Amino acid sequence: MTEPSANAAADPAGKLLFLEDVYKSYGPKIVLDDIDLSVRAGEFCGLVGPSGCGKSTLLRLLLGAERADAGRILLDGAPLGAPDPQRGIVFQKYSLFPHLSILDNVLLGPRLSSNFGQWRRQRASFMDEAASLLKTMRLESDGDKYPHQLSGGMQQRVAIAQALIMHPKILLMDEPFGALDPSVREDLQVHLLQIWEERRMTVFFVTHDIHEALFLSTRVLVLSQYYRDGRTLPPDCHGSKVVGDYQIKKDAASTDLKRTAEFADLAQTIRREGFEPTVLQNINEFNLKHPDSWRSLNPEEAAGS
Amino acid sequence: MRRTLGPLPFLLALVVYLVASNARLRENPLDKLLPSPVRMAAAARSLAFEPDRRSGSRLLWLDTGASLERLGIGMSCAALAGLLLGLNLGLFPGLSALLQPFVTAVSIIPPLAVLPILFIVFGVDELSKVVLIFVGTFPVITREIMLAARNIPREQIVKALTLGATQLEVVYRIVLPQLLPRLLETVRLTLGSAWLFLIASEAIAAENGLGYRIFLMRRYLAMDVILPYALWITVLGFAFDLALKYFIAWRYPWYGVEEE
Repeated sequence: MTEPSANAAADPAGKLLFLEDVYKSYGPKIVLDDIDLSVRAGEFCGLVGPSGCGKSTLLRLLLGAERADAGRILLDGAPLGAPDPQRGIVFQKYSLFPHLSILDNVLLGPRLSSNFGQWRRQRASFMDEAASLLKTMRLESDGDKYPHQLSGGMQQRVAIAQALIMHPKILLMDEPFGALDPSVREDLQVHLLQIWEERRMTVFFVTHDIHEALFLSTRVLVLSQYYRDGRTLPPDCHGSKVVGDYQIKKDAASTDLKRTAEFADLAQTIRREGFEPTVLQNINEFNLKHPDSWRSLNPEEAAGS
Repeated sequence: MRRTLGPLPFLLALVVYLVASNARLRENPLDKLLPSPVRMAAAARSLAFEPDRRSGSRLLWLDTGASLERLGIGMSCAALAGLLLGLNLGLFPGLSALLQPFVTAVSIIPPLAVLPILFIVFGVDELSKVVLIFVGTFPVITREIMLAARNIPREQIVKALTLGATQLEVVYRIVLPQLLPRLLETVRLTLGSAWLFLIASEAIAAENGLGYRIFLMRRYLAMDVILPYALWITVLGFAFDLALKYFIAWRYPWYGVEEE
């Protein structure tokens, strides 16, 4: 806060998501250490980081499933509270309700968020939308099945449809493809990108897979606890910060992209910056060149080391 | 091949009985201990179809009706109470910290040991029998439902909230429906002990009921009534077990299937 940035990125106006000075710790362990972030509507924002860096914690804060210790988190200018339909979520597992059919799983949102009269009046349009979402997800013939009858990849498609029918302001995804086989995983990545290109919804996608983040995202954030700053804490006692923030140029949603040299170089850089415990970047050397990137450091942190 | 093995022990038991019964009856045609199937069938027929000389009712159905009524009321109350309490214990950690030790302690008390207390407090009529069944099965059901409620992934609840559910809707649209098959399953498993409590309480003080009849007939060594009654109770128990099992499988096809 003591280094007010002249950067327009530090202004919550016009940003869908805005985080300022967000801290989160569990007992003595600091997980998130002064996170500043802003995300524009329509962005596909990938968050990568080594295991234990707190990327899922950050997602849970955005979701409202947990509260930050300090700082503010704004969605569309308003502070976030408990989970609500403004935010959609796709977990790696347990996103679906096992006791409901696929169609009922997708329809659950409209059903829960409308009262009896609204549901009766709009039933037909909800049904149409659910049917068209199932079609988009290539699940049109599976509406009557139960989740346990579908493969893991199909279940995740249902979970995406279930979230999309609510038209959330932001779709949060927590390693949604992490438990899938590589081929299914790639298939779903391409599919998700196609849907994003049609709908341009804002996505916040957490993954530990750098390639996945680079392939999907228009912007990749690197969260890591491996860095140095001016504080006299031992290096493994401070929490994670955003240590890299990249704008990704996207030409085509083709998996060929994954095989270009540029892609490989960037993946290598990110791995070095964020994932190598022995490489400790100075806090003033972080690559935060994305136009929406900003941060406010306190003097101690900013002193470098 | 394997399926044909199952009936073999039944056949064997039947043969052993017939041989033994035959041997005893040859020595003493009036032997009461191992009556012949013909005598048992005759006794069963008269109990099922001929009005009793004293009461004028058909005893088998009178007893079955009375017993099933006690069993039904006791189990339904236990299921309902177990569901409500288990659900709340599972969802609210504070409540479970308060009540769980108590419920655990109650579940350890052998219900038959408190039967005299029930007779004293609730009288020797219907209520004490129903309460015994309730006391015997309710803690188990509560515990099972509590564990099932706790096992519902937290993700599901967060997800439901992002779909616009209120707290109340989370409970009765997300959690409760997932507990129902588990409830029926637990009822199915506790039915065995419920029968035990029923027959024990009927044996001690009743005017009718399957347990009452068996213990009454014991005085006359009327094995030709006791054995068909025991068989009938077994058939009833088996039928309920099977009916519940198929009902659960039909009504809750998703239940009991491992994820992925």
